[in-house]
Amino acid sequence: MGRETVLNIVLFAMLPATALIALLLDEPFIITLVTKAAILALAGVGLNIALGLGGLVSLGHAAFFGIGGYAMGILASHAQSYTPLMEVPFLIEGTKSMLIIWGVAITASALAALAIGALSLRTTGVYFIMITLAFGQMLYYFAISWPAYGGEDGLSIYIRNDFPGLNTLDPIQFFAIAFGVLTVVLFMAARIARAPFGLALSAARQNAERVETVGLAPFRLRLVAFVISGAVTGLAGALFADLNRFVSPTMFSWQTSGEIMVFIILGGVGRLFGPVAGAALFILLEHLLGGLSDYWHVYLGLLLLLVVLFARGGMIGTLAGREVAHD
Amino acid sequence: MSFLKLQGVTASYGPTQALFGVDLALEAGEVCALMGRNGMGKSSTIKVICRMLKNSGGSVHFDGRDLGPLPSHRAAQAGLGLVPEGRRCFGPLTVHENLIAAARPGPWDFARVCDLFPRLGERRDQVARSLSGGEQQMLAIGRALMTNPKLLLLDEATEGLAPVVRQEIWAAVKTLKRESGLALLVVDKSLAELRQVADHAVILERGRSVWSGAMDALDRGVADQYLGV
Repeated sequence: MGRETVLNIVLFAMLPATALIALLLDEPFIITLVTKAAILALAGVGLNIALGLGGLVSLGHAAFFGIGGYAMGILASHAQSYTPLMEVPFLIEGTKSMLIIWGVAITASALAALAIGALSLRTTGVYFIMITLAFGQMLYYFAISWPAYGGEDGLSIYIRNDFPGLNTLDPIQFFAIAFGVLTVVLFMAARIARAPFGLALSAARQNAERVETVGLAPFRLRLVAFVISGAVTGLAGALFADLNRFVSPTMFSWQTSGEIMVFIILGGVGRLFGPVAGAALFILLEHLLGGLSDYWHVYLGLLLLLVVLFARGGMIGTLAGREVAHD
Repeated sequence: MSFLKLQGVTASYGPTQALFGVDLALEAGEVCALMGRNGMGKSSTIKVICRMLKNSGGSVHFDGRDLGPLPSHRAAQAGLGLVPEGRRCFGPLTVHENLIAAARPGPWDFARVCDLFPRLGERRDQVARSLSGGEQQMLAIGRALMTNPKLLLLDEATEGLAPVVRQEIWAAVKTLKRESGLALLVVDKSLAELRQVADHAVILERGRSVWSGAMDALDRGVADQYLGV
């Protein structure tokens, strides 16, 4: 068993172990923090499919995170106010079913990723970064100017949505849901990376022209990866909104996109568990340093600088070795 | 119409014209040697066939289709398998991953490629960038075969390799000719080896095809005049 596999197992076990210890110590706040780390890791795993495998530096993934969040917010707010979402041409009611909300969040963010990807993937490099950022900001300002759903103030949901057989208001049970989703998505991401599609995507990142000569279309590969990536990030957004029982335009902001990217860079670009390590570290720093100073992002920036300069493989790369480092 | 037919092909890299009129015809199952000194347009011709370089004039037909409007991935899907100059494997991927990344259904699969190049089977889980030059060349040929092409284009497949490895590559090319029924377009500088595998040859001089005919008809005078051997 390689060092990275051992490290992945440790990281994977650390989240539920921390949650269970917090449960034993009767520290629900810590369980909520671990849940937040699991959800943010999920968003990072989503972006890592595009960034790590496909080399797509998207600075607009907050768009999908926000769409997922607002899918939850809109559906749940209509359910709690007993008003239909729309009546014409057919009736659509709100819902408090987490599974239905996830389905809507995944579909909506995948469709948005398809549209945004179809346009932005025609560009590369800095232009791709800028066009994805522009789409994210476009949705951010749209959310701000949408008074029906709270505008700039956002939207509060009073009761957490339902999941069959579980009490979602119980922190440990909600953690179990988030961790379960993260597990499934990590398994899926690992399968994608080893499947011919993932290998071709990785090859296209290395040299698109070479991939074309073996009959693969880099644009199509990247678009599919972007859609999968957006859908996963959208699902994370729906869970994040459920965790906070609140959605706001901040979910669409470029800072959110930046934070998701920071998880990946801290943990290790292209590493399966990189976003898990990065999100866990981010939450830990936010909790520990945030208590010391309002300007804790300065320390985070410093850490990021050190990682980029001296540990290009992130935490996982530094601890597991560079043999599978992202090139 | 021939399986592969180039007629009066011209092509440029920006303002610099590289091909001034290339004619080439290849039938199914045949092996054609594309020869010429350095800088005469051999690789450019290969690039035009694979649509990595668009021809500004003339036409390229393959298997009854005009390749002109096709992007390079569509040309590859039509049945062109390229072994590019300089090998160009996907360095961070393993041998097996390099081979399955672009695999398409057909008679060539991982096991058959390993039959042709047993060393690839032995190096299955080794990353491509850690292979020797010869092994990378085998991998590049294997990768092209895994796309199950109808025509395999070998661009300087033995360049820069040790003599013993070159012999292995040529042995594989001969096996391909004998057993696979694939059409082959081979660019190489080794006239002696090409004489053993090619049915006919086309010689390029300053971006033009100046001689074509059966390999047996390529006499010393022609070789002296155009190939400098």
